[in-house]
Amino acid sequence: MNDNDARTVVQVQGATKTFPRGNVTAVQDIDLDIASGEFVSLIGPSGCGKSTLLRLIGDLVEPTHGSISVNGKPAKQARADHDYGIVFQDSVLFEWRTVSKNISLPLEMLGWDRAKRKDRVAEMLELVELSNFADHNPWQLSGGMQQRVSIARALAFEPALLLMDEPFGALDEMTRERLNLELLSIWQQLASTVVFVTHSISEAVFLSTRVVVMSPRPGRIAGIVDVDLPYPRSVETREEPHFFELVTQVRELLRKRGEHLLPEEEQALLEAAE
Amino acid sequence: MTSTALSPTAAQRAGDQVREWLPALVVFVAGIAIWQGSIAVFNIQQFLLPKPSNIVSSFWNERHTLWPAGWYTFKEALGGFAIGSGLGMIVATLIGRFKAVGSAILPFAIAANAIPIIAFAPIFGAWFNPLSPVSKMAIAAMLCFFPVLVNTMKGLQSASPRQIELMRSYAASPFEIWRRVRVPTALPYVFTALKVASVLAMIGAIVGEYFGGSTTALGVLIRSDAQVFQFERAWAGILVASLLGITLYLAVVSAERLLVSWAPQSRDS
Repeated sequence: MNDNDARTVVQVQGATKTFPRGNVTAVQDIDLDIASGEFVSLIGPSGCGKSTLLRLIGDLVEPTHGSISVNGKPAKQARADHDYGIVFQDSVLFEWRTVSKNISLPLEMLGWDRAKRKDRVAEMLELVELSNFADHNPWQLSGGMQQRVSIARALAFEPALLLMDEPFGALDEMTRERLNLELLSIWQQLASTVVFVTHSISEAVFLSTRVVVMSPRPGRIAGIVDVDLPYPRSVETREEPHFFELVTQVRELLRKRGEHLLPEEEQALLEAAE
Repeated sequence: MTSTALSPTAAQRAGDQVREWLPALVVFVAGIAIWQGSIAVFNIQQFLLPKPSNIVSSFWNERHTLWPAGWYTFKEALGGFAIGSGLGMIVATLIGRFKAVGSAILPFAIAANAIPIIAFAPIFGAWFNPLSPVSKMAIAAMLCFFPVLVNTMKGLQSASPRQIELMRSYAASPFEIWRRVRVPTALPYVFTALKVASVLAMIGAIVGEYFGGSTTALGVLIRSDAQVFQFERAWAGILVASLLGITLYLAVVSAERLLVSWAPQSRDS
């Protein structure tokens, strides 16, 4: 971890984002480097700008100050080059496309020919264990299955970077823990880099190589916790004493800096983040 | 689980279909029977309400007059439907492309959608040759235009912001977003309007003909038959109009099933 040889995939330098509406500063002076192969979680209370930071990396919002580079290029160029895949809290599947066609969407955008697309979609379906559901419509799938399709879609074109915005936030605890394990196994198989937004402390610790704790008003990095639990992690990992120590570390960082917002302030920040 | 439990056999499916349609069929047959019976029992005059059997026999005996007249009117309705709906979709697309124009026009489109456009029917006779089919086509087109315009606009604006954000993450151009997100999202809205428009088109054509038109037109025939107390034939004309209206509606529904088959709600419409 933090291997000096490892290529820097994401480099955020002095990034500040102020939304014009309500003049809300979502994130301020963020500096963050993420190396190739890392699994980095962004955690913080609602409205701390963690989703905004993810969108800055994906060039879905532009920084007011500072710069973001992905794969050594400006974030805008990286987006144009399809350097990352993204997964949102809801699966954002296209209702008019079958499961296969949804996974195939980014490949169509990249201009892959039909045969190549078909092979890759089959591979991805196998990866997320949904081969039997290739021709189903999204509404015929459970929430967890829909999210697996969404992950398969994000990974279909083998992006160097996977951005995930609370991907399992809407799922029940059991489904969530199972998908955590699946995600880790996919991450290890593909050796990709993941930036993962969550508000679950145990999820962040369980998955990550590093946990970036953010504080609100405006969003800043409160501290970074290195997670030195060995991979592959399993159900037992969650029961190890060291797991609890790390969870406590993250919780204390959150408590120290993350005083709670008034409800209306939180609402203003949330709306700005939309 | 056996495969038969998952995929019912053709016979089972046919049985289900019969069970599903049976109540409606019973109501239909009973309704016709009550109609036929009550005319005899209450001695209702022919000009108030003819017997269904007489309407049907008139429908058959007068087929050489009524059916071509129906076809003539149907073509007017179809032309008006195509022109009005087509323009509605095109204008909605242009409005969606140029947002400022859209916000300026939308209130008027919604207001126009609420006024009884059919009131313009006599005016259209003056604008176009009252004897030509063009004036009826214009009425039908005008009736179809506004619901299709308003619904298409609404549909194009209903695209999910997350789906658009996903497309932006693929560096998609506005045209790609329009083609792959906005248009598919709008389709169910468009079809809702097209179903309404298919009914309006037939109404527009026939009401237009009530104000004058070719003697080979269905509306003209219904009106003149009613004036000379040929009520059975007038009713047979109404039957022709109804059948053609239903045909047009069902054609739209079939197209919807084909194009919007993915929507769970399209299965029970």
